[in-house]
Amino acid sequence: MPAEAKEGRSRIRGRLKKSRRPFAKMRGRMRARRIDDDVWDDLEETLLLADAGLDTTSRLVDGVRARAATEGVGDADAVPGLLEREIEESLAATPADRSLTSRRGQTDVWLLVGVNGSGKTTTAAKLATGAIEDGHSVLFAAADTFRAAAADQLAAWGDRLGVEVIRGQEGGDPGAIAFDAVQAARARDIDLVLVDTAGRLHTKVNLMAELEKVRRVVERTPGVLSEVLLVLDATTGQNGLSQARRFADDVGVTGVVLTKLDGTAKGGIVLAIESELGVPVKLVGVGEGADDLVPFDPAEFAAALVAGDDEESDVPDEPGLDDEGA
Amino acid sequence: MFDTLSDRFDGIFKRLRTRGRLTPTDVDEVAREIRLALLEADVNVKVVKQFIARVKERATGAEIAKSLNPGQQVIKIVHEELVATLGGASGKLATASKPPTIIVLAGLQGSGKTTAAAKLTRLLEHDQGKQVLLVGADLQRPAAVEQLRVLGEQIGVPVFSEPTDPVAVARAGVQEAERLGRTTVVIDTAGRLQVDDELMEELAHLTDAVQPHDVLLVVDAMTGQEAVNVAESFAEAVELTGIVLTKLDGDARGGAALSVKEVTGLPVLFAGIGEKVADFEPFHPDRMASRILGMGDVLTLIEKAEAAFDAEEAAEAQERLLEGRFTLDDFLEQMRQMRKMGPLSSIVGMLPGMPKELRQAEIDDNELGRVEAIICSMTPAERQDPSIINGSRRARIARGSGTTTPQVNALLKQFKMVQQMMRSLTKPGKRGKKGRRAVALPPGMTPEDLAAMPGLPGAGMGGGVPGMPGLPPVR
Repeated sequence: MPAEAKEGRSRIRGRLKKSRRPFAKMRGRMRARRIDDDVWDDLEETLLLADAGLDTTSRLVDGVRARAATEGVGDADAVPGLLEREIEESLAATPADRSLTSRRGQTDVWLLVGVNGSGKTTTAAKLATGAIEDGHSVLFAAADTFRAAAADQLAAWGDRLGVEVIRGQEGGDPGAIAFDAVQAARARDIDLVLVDTAGRLHTKVNLMAELEKVRRVVERTPGVLSEVLLVLDATTGQNGLSQARRFADDVGVTGVVLTKLDGTAKGGIVLAIESELGVPVKLVGVGEGADDLVPFDPAEFAAALVAGDDEESDVPDEPGLDDEGA
Repeated sequence: MFDTLSDRFDGIFKRLRTRGRLTPTDVDEVAREIRLALLEADVNVKVVKQFIARVKERATGAEIAKSLNPGQQVIKIVHEELVATLGGASGKLATASKPPTIIVLAGLQGSGKTTAAAKLTRLLEHDQGKQVLLVGADLQRPAAVEQLRVLGEQIGVPVFSEPTDPVAVARAGVQEAERLGRTTVVIDTAGRLQVDDELMEELAHLTDAVQPHDVLLVVDAMTGQEAVNVAESFAEAVELTGIVLTKLDGDARGGAALSVKEVTGLPVLFAGIGEKVADFEPFHPDRMASRILGMGDVLTLIEKAEAAFDAEEAAEAQERLLEGRFTLDDFLEQMRQMRKMGPLSSIVGMLPGMPKELRQAEIDDNELGRVEAIICSMTPAERQDPSIINGSRRARIARGSGTTTPQVNALLKQFKMVQQMMRSLTKPGKRGKKGRRAVALPPGMTPEDLAAMPGLPGAGMGGGVPGMPGLPPVR
């Protein structure tokens, strides 16, 4: 098990290479330089480019400045390291547990929610793969009755993974499907029910009410609902916070799954979501493969974001983009 | 904390309005605020820098000195720069001299390509009389082709695909269109990360094979700083011709549009604005700029209003309104017209200067039904002159409409408020001084905003979104 975890970590590190680039650039620029205002501006811009957002960015920059002051650090070289510790500490402040609730000999229901196109169905498939590997039995509930052929997409995964799919009519009641799935799972002693819901913008009141109903219906069977996972696209900007807030308010999110972190997206919105909402990130998607969904490790995440390897720290600045003062 | 760019600008401009001429310090402060606002809206940091530099340069120049109202001047400059960045004029799709015209949609996973393909197809068929063949070249995502087929069926358009490879499907799709005599081919491709060299190459092969007239990059309006990388990489791999912005119906301010436009120079052609296939419209850079500026999507609203309105009736109402003869009948009529435009909740989001809590408030469209019932239970004389409505008339109206006397009272009070607001509106330069009141919202805003519209943006700029203070916050 520890070996696997380690493998997962190195994979994050590998996949996050791209994410590290801006920080790596920053490192390059900070070599052999005293700390001055430009260094702080640099730090700020780097964080903003990572989608950390204004509030989180100023909080982190302030934190790093305070560290530098108390520790008497004068070399800009040391700043990335300070930032790493600051991020790590900030993530460590989230009180909630990052592990997923999975109880042997009992049916667990995990509800997957999120805006359109965040990757709920794919995440369901990846979660199922992991659960099956761990020896759990899995059932899919295709509660996305809105998007054309969404159930077919899940069914295709079901075929591949040998997981049964409970589905209803297109345009049917997602609550009914969730209910049927829970009943079926209980009758057959299935360990895990993954409820894939329709993507919905968090601003659509009716659709959020529908989701709330799905949750209520699942809760009619006491004790089964163990996770409500918000699936969030890593390319999302500041709106991610708004999404997380609404989903948390309306259906009670237990954790975030940050998907598509294998691009150049930095996933900085995670920092804002954790610090402002206290909702923990539990998993990150770092690739297309079914096993590319790995546990979120704050320390590793902070390190991967801030640390640059040498070859990358030499990446030159793109000309003409950074030289304009605001 | 400000939630949206719009709120942010509201804040800035409110401050500016209270001052005289702009000092260089003011300009700096405004620039700072605009920078923060744009960053909050997810505009790329580098784009923000360029934008701010331009605004500063213009604002500190002679132009400011010449203006009568410095606040107006800055709004104008910022707005103009936003419009310039977003594209100036609206772009257009190409039309092949020899049909079929071929359009390819590309983008990241989950940006909304398949949905956009169907929506674009519907728009081309419905509004432009094109005959489209939808081609499903996304063979990667399970059931993506099935999704396209279902959507094609919904809009009555043939869908072509085969389980070969994307390039072959695209090529065969174009041949199929020629065979069927379709004028346009819309090709949906698989979502791909811009760093996935293999898939990016495949996309390049596909466009090489079919030589599309348009290659549209589909961008999620909620995208953050990453928008720039995505746009740059796709533009490098294939010859993009335009952008489709999706999921604009959420509360994202769509700073990505600004970023993408600035780095690629490509026009944003279309915007996805809702769940339904029909919720797709040409993108208007000037309107997006207005929305960002906090003037709301007033222009879109006007257009929608115009389409829904009986022009003559509207003109009459407008005239009566200007003369201060606005009656409950007009109120009812405008409310009905307003409802034609869609659920109030979506319209409120477009309105300028709306307090944030109002924009996010849930609006009960049933309330409108209640108001309608109350007004319909009045006699014509009562509707003309509500002041004759005494206690016994109120009781009768309540009975007739299945409401209660307090509800009737609330409506009358609200109507009176609206009337007063209208009067203050017709006097330019004067702002409604009314405080916010806790009255049910929806009907109240109706005529007021519609009335305000024709005067905008002029009125909005001058008086500073007049009348809005009179609007009661909900919850």
